[in-house]
Amino acid sequence: MKHTISVTVENRFGVLSRVVGLFSGRGFNIESLSVGETIDPEISRITIVTRGDDRIIEQVTKQLRKLVDVIKVTDLTDLNFVDREMILIKISATEKSKADILRINDIFRGKIVDVSPASYTFEVTGDGGKIQAFLKLVKPFGVKEIARTGKVAISREL
Amino acid sequence: MQITGAEIVVQSLKEEGVDIMFGYPGGVLLDLYDALFNSGIKHVLTRHEQAAAHAADGYARSTGKVGVVLATSGPGATNLVTGVATAYMDSVPLVALTGQVSTHMIGGDAFQEADIIGITRPVTKHSYLVTKTEDIARVIQEAFHIAGTGRPGPVLVDLPKDVLAGKAKYNRPKSVNIRGYKPKVEGHQGQIKRVIAEIKKAKKPVIYAGGGVIISNAAAELKEFAEYNQIPVTNTLLGLGGFPADNPLFLGMLGMHGTYKANMTIHESDLILAIGARFDDRVTGNVAKFAPNARIVHIDIDPSAISKNIVVHVPVVGDVKGVLTELNRLQKKEEPVWGEIRQSWLDQVRQWSEDRPLSYDKDSKQIKPQYVIERLSELAPDDAIITTEVGQNQMWTAQFYNFNKPRTLLSSGGLGTMGYGFPAAIGAQFANPDKLVVDIAGDGSFQMNIQELATIVQHNLPVKILILNNCCLGMVRQWQELFYDARYSSTCLSSNPDFVKIAQAYGVKGIKVEEKKDVDAGLIEMIKHDGPVLLECMVDREEGVYPMVPAGAASNDMIFGPNKKDTKKLKVIKKAAR
Repeated sequence: MKHTISVTVENRFGVLSRVVGLFSGRGFNIESLSVGETIDPEISRITIVTRGDDRIIEQVTKQLRKLVDVIKVTDLTDLNFVDREMILIKISATEKSKADILRINDIFRGKIVDVSPASYTFEVTGDGGKIQAFLKLVKPFGVKEIARTGKVAISREL
Repeated sequence: MQITGAEIVVQSLKEEGVDIMFGYPGGVLLDLYDALFNSGIKHVLTRHEQAAAHAADGYARSTGKVGVVLATSGPGATNLVTGVATAYMDSVPLVALTGQVSTHMIGGDAFQEADIIGITRPVTKHSYLVTKTEDIARVIQEAFHIAGTGRPGPVLVDLPKDVLAGKAKYNRPKSVNIRGYKPKVEGHQGQIKRVIAEIKKAKKPVIYAGGGVIISNAAAELKEFAEYNQIPVTNTLLGLGGFPADNPLFLGMLGMHGTYKANMTIHESDLILAIGARFDDRVTGNVAKFAPNARIVHIDIDPSAISKNIVVHVPVVGDVKGVLTELNRLQKKEEPVWGEIRQSWLDQVRQWSEDRPLSYDKDSKQIKPQYVIERLSELAPDDAIITTEVGQNQMWTAQFYNFNKPRTLLSSGGLGTMGYGFPAAIGAQFANPDKLVVDIAGDGSFQMNIQELATIVQHNLPVKILILNNCCLGMVRQWQELFYDARYSSTCLSSNPDFVKIAQAYGVKGIKVEEKKDVDAGLIEMIKHDGPVLLECMVDREEGVYPMVPAGAASNDMIFGPNKKDTKKLKVIKKAAR
């Protein structure tokens, strides 16, 4: 089963490699990973999406907690949480296809961040399902390049 | 007052109570070695950095204190890796200080540069690259704290040359405060009560005690607990000495080369009380077939050890000594009622013990290695410290030497490092100058750190080396005999040197024993001699370590020797494992 794990860590060099090294060294897999500072510049948040049965996920969280630089580990999967991912996508556009592409982007509330005579670059944000759906719809037009942030997630208050 | 980084290191070590360290100098460490010169901290120069790490490890295991090792950048640091990994696998408190090239040169492939933090990341509990001189005092304080608390382990501190040469004020914080590191020491009361309830329900309980009992100094508490409940005790390799071998409840070691009674008791039990142990594959054999009818209680300070390999029914996370003390206190309030209930179980255990005791051919004309160890166990004082190398020498020691006191067996269990025993004996002897320290070695593994003969001579250290010489890499050869149709690929050591002459060349007393009748005299001469001794015993090459649970088999599926019946059994097990 897929799990979204939120890890707060000391914002120091070398911490990310400890976290990533733990996953590779113990044979755990990482589907996506994103890192950024929290409101406290000394603390970073790492959001990891991983897959495994209960026993593996239990080991993942326990091993993460063992790292000295890890402050808190929360498996958001069992909680109520929101997650988002952003994708930048460059799509080939012809005179004929332009209108269709723009309509799809509108529906997904994407932003146009760059235009060239033969392409559009959109910024689309959403949960995993939305991103997947968007990708599926624009694929026939010719996707030149994509860049994804990986998932970020936060627990809901209510 | 501003002092150099090197002086801050020395002062910090003194503050931690360090009086001895093991190491090897080099270019980037010149400042530090200069500061050490008149510091009052004894620095033992080994002849290889790996040996320095093992010596610090032996010092730590034999005392419970944090061991300290020092090596220079690049190859000095990489030579430490095996020693650090050995300490990591066996939860040994170690602080490894390494030199590093100057901060502005890091990453530029400088001379003798290695990313030692990166290289050792998976085998250290934590590590630091110090980039400012003023951080040294805090980092070293944290390093000792992390190495020695919770589940102990090695911490590496990488010290660049310019950081050691730079100046700063000595500003050691009053206390350590690491927000991500707060080991849980006290066991949960509710869980402890559940353990007692499990014991009351159980008809066939067994205690499986590991190295955690020794690390936590809980041997007395374990004895009280086992005796009060009349539960038999088996030890892991690292747990030996944590429960007295001469106690009637003792089953011996369990696992791949464990005793018949220990493995049968574990397999047939209905409750396993795992204490400071981690269900290593050498203990469980085939996990799916491990103790099929047992409920499992697991007491350990490391939450990640719980349910890692075996699903645990009642976990208690906490320091073993504290949890056992609490169990003993709570149980004392009630009358022991289970003496009689246990009787039939204890009778069964005794029966297993009588059915298949540890044995070897006592009438053989050749020297059997087991005989040498039995005699040493008999002749050495109870507080003698035994180190082992890895392989047959290690397993025979575990089987045939009676360890009655904690911290008397030092052996590389988790990593299985050949070459560990001799340097570990050096560290243990420095820490225990009045005790007999013997490295039980094989002719193969001894040669992995043979150069340390120079170290013991330099310090006139009375370390004893007992080589069980079978002219081969015995354990691997045994597997080849059993599983690879006796095709002895690269396990023959026919070009062994004359060990006695080598010892003499270094200035160490050398004795060679080739006849069974001379074993006692050789051992006594070794023990009595006031100085280092190398005793070489020429033992039967064909002798194997039995019983044996082949890899992938259940723990009651033991074989007892290379006989026809067992070879047949082996084939069945091998087939099933495929």
